[in-house]
Amino acid sequence: MNHLPEQASTEIVGRANREGARLFRVWYDDLTRAAEEGRGAAYVFVMGSLGELLRAFDLPLVFPEINSLQTAVRKVAHEYLNEAEDFGYSPDICGYVKADIAAQRRDGRLPMGRIPRPKIAVLTNACNTYIKWAEIWERMYGVPVCVLDVPGSRSDGPLPGRGDRDFENDRTYVAAQLRELIAVLEGVTGTRFDVDRLREFLGHANRMNRGWNRVLELNRSRPSLFNALSDGTIYLGVSNGYRGAPEGAAYFDELVEEMEWKQANGIGTLVDERCRLVFVGVPCYPIFRRFTEFFTEHGGTFVNSTYLWFASGGSNLGFQYDLDDPIESLAEGLLLGVRDSMDSMFFPTNALARMVDEYDVDGVVFHPIKSCRTVSTGLADNRRALMERRDVPSLFIESDMMDRRVVSEAQLKNRIDAFFESIESRRQIASARHG
Amino acid sequence: MKELLFPEWRGRDLDGVLGACLDLLEDTRFPTAKRWKEAGGKIVGHFQVYFPEEIVHAAGLLPFKVRGAPIHAAQADSRFGSYLCSIVKSSLELALSRRVELDLFVTHPICDAARNLAAIWGRNVRYPCQILYLPQNAGSPSAPEYLRGEYDRLRRVVEEVSGTRVEDGALRDSIGVFNENRRLLRALYTLKRESPWLVGAHEAYALLAVGGLIPREEHNALLAAVLPLLAERPARSQDRIRVVFEGGFCEQPPIDLIRSIGRSCYVVDDDFLVGMRWIVSDVPVGKDPLGELARAYLERSTYSPVQHDARKPKERMLLERLEGAGAGAAIVAAAKMCEPGLEEQVAYVHALDAARVPHFVTEFEENMTTFEQLEIQLETFVENLLFD
Repeated sequence: MNHLPEQASTEIVGRANREGARLFRVWYDDLTRAAEEGRGAAYVFVMGSLGELLRAFDLPLVFPEINSLQTAVRKVAHEYLNEAEDFGYSPDICGYVKADIAAQRRDGRLPMGRIPRPKIAVLTNACNTYIKWAEIWERMYGVPVCVLDVPGSRSDGPLPGRGDRDFENDRTYVAAQLRELIAVLEGVTGTRFDVDRLREFLGHANRMNRGWNRVLELNRSRPSLFNALSDGTIYLGVSNGYRGAPEGAAYFDELVEEMEWKQANGIGTLVDERCRLVFVGVPCYPIFRRFTEFFTEHGGTFVNSTYLWFASGGSNLGFQYDLDDPIESLAEGLLLGVRDSMDSMFFPTNALARMVDEYDVDGVVFHPIKSCRTVSTGLADNRRALMERRDVPSLFIESDMMDRRVVSEAQLKNRIDAFFESIESRRQIASARHG
Repeated sequence: MKELLFPEWRGRDLDGVLGACLDLLEDTRFPTAKRWKEAGGKIVGHFQVYFPEEIVHAAGLLPFKVRGAPIHAAQADSRFGSYLCSIVKSSLELALSRRVELDLFVTHPICDAARNLAAIWGRNVRYPCQILYLPQNAGSPSAPEYLRGEYDRLRRVVEEVSGTRVEDGALRDSIGVFNENRRLLRALYTLKRESPWLVGAHEAYALLAVGGLIPREEHNALLAAVLPLLAERPARSQDRIRVVFEGGFCEQPPIDLIRSIGRSCYVVDDDFLVGMRWIVSDVPVGKDPLGELARAYLERSTYSPVQHDARKPKERMLLERLEGAGAGAAIVAAAKMCEPGLEEQVAYVHALDAARVPHFVTEFEENMTTFEQLEIQLETFVENLLFD
């Protein structure tokens, strides 16, 4: 291990978390200012946000998914959920949707600031709830709702790529829709599309994508460098909110630097890493910190997750846009990124098995939630399929990302404690067997 | 296939025909699928809502509508978590319990649970399982060409399963068969609308739904035989309110629930199995049959909560359906845990309130067995309207 000056260590270790929090404050301050000045925003989602393109029209970006999860982290989600349910929305539908509806009815007021009203909604079909959600804004505000069809994988198996007839059919369609969207954006903003500005933002996204891909790779280190659940969620926030922005690119450059530094100096996210875990699903935001502690108290850390995969908007792939052919390349990146996001929910078995091997994993935690059927429907079956491939302990715990009425802290703790006991017991048996 | 899959209705009087249809619909052993397989045929199961059955039909395969069943999902339960609608579980149970043996399964991203089905089935059965993407950017000028490409992909998958080429000529013939089916179903719905006392809600439902279980030629023969018998039925109009049932696009309410509703209301229009009636007029039999099918999906189609088309705002479509059917009230239902249904329910209710259309809001599940409470609530609703 290198012995570096203590000051350097305190400056670089934890820098990404501090800087992430700062960027978040700046982002919400900017949104609050836009709301107060009556400027409209582009409402977008994490899977296919098209931040690279929307920045070229100077549209502030509002991610309702991120706003909603913030209400849960800040422990006020129940107020928002109750308001939406009083309006008629069922307890059985997505909590993110309901928190946003209540926020809209409060004129955009959220604990982190105020969000502007939409000027346009841009979304993909990566999640069907995106579409139903945007239809609500369409009714509330009469704004254009641009649904981009981005077809995903049709079945498990080899992925078609360039030159394949079906892939080309998809790519042509996505590119055509982007051109249609650009025309709508010109109309909505009164701004003429400038391809050079798009090039500039694609370039920033390229840096961010490279960085994100490298950060994920670096966490194969032992000890692992960051917790995919707690730290990873901060990185995800920046990857979405600052996609295509120079600040986002710089953030990921520095994040890579921090992680490489930690790796070189043998600094892990836990002092005593005893258990390397993979998390499958969406975190439990109503008890976010406590939920992570249930695992860290046992020396368990999440070295990777499907969340870092699907909620990074495709950045995880490290895809590099061809700046000489920006629109076609943006279409290809969008198609590949969104398809990959969907694969993490529908066809993840092979990738999870690879993750278990590459990250030297001791256990896999499946966390289906009431609010999100996209990520949760197939988890029990995925668990079964993964267990057939790899002899690795797994835990299946249900709760929610928003609704504390279905989050039973004591029950979760019991199950998690038992999970660690079973891992320990397996270790003892294995150790006895090997003498 | 020369043998009839559903001979039970033939040679019987009207009540006998309707009884045979109801029996077939409630038979969770799915005898018609079994007979098809025993005769050496192959089956393509397709999940709700809409599927271009013509492509499968042209290959000589049986398109089978996978729409769940009122069965206990003993094996499927372990493949799913909680908080899910019943139809995804019971549909998989049909496969795992081998009640229906398919050769290809296709689902659609109609909702977040349904899209998962292709992956879950694919991990549990040996035949191919696929997702067919239907446009959600329906107004895009490039959507028809894209969908044509997607249908062409499906054609190649079907060819692989059937071992035969699906030529354009065969596709044109199939479109003709399905156009006849669409015409007959329109006639059934015209009868429901104009003379609802001649056909009970559950009877009309059974006549529609058996179409998903048998070859379309047999369904055409059945409808062609029944429609004149219904028109001559010795029945008189009664003093019942005319309602539209909205919310049956995917998971289906139990037939006894539909029967219960029919006891107090005339269901003059509905969205039961709307995918079977998705295309509302004939598909042209032109040079490019796949292209015509794709254009028909986008341009000659009805609406549902699971398709986004800015040209067809769903509340307006519901109000038009009510007006077109001369209905005075609506039953706005949703299957339990059905996210698109429950979300749309809110928009429908607000639109109906604004238009001052009385409405009854409810939830259902395919394996419900008691309806007394719902029946009492519905009767109270009806009485309020009748004596208002």
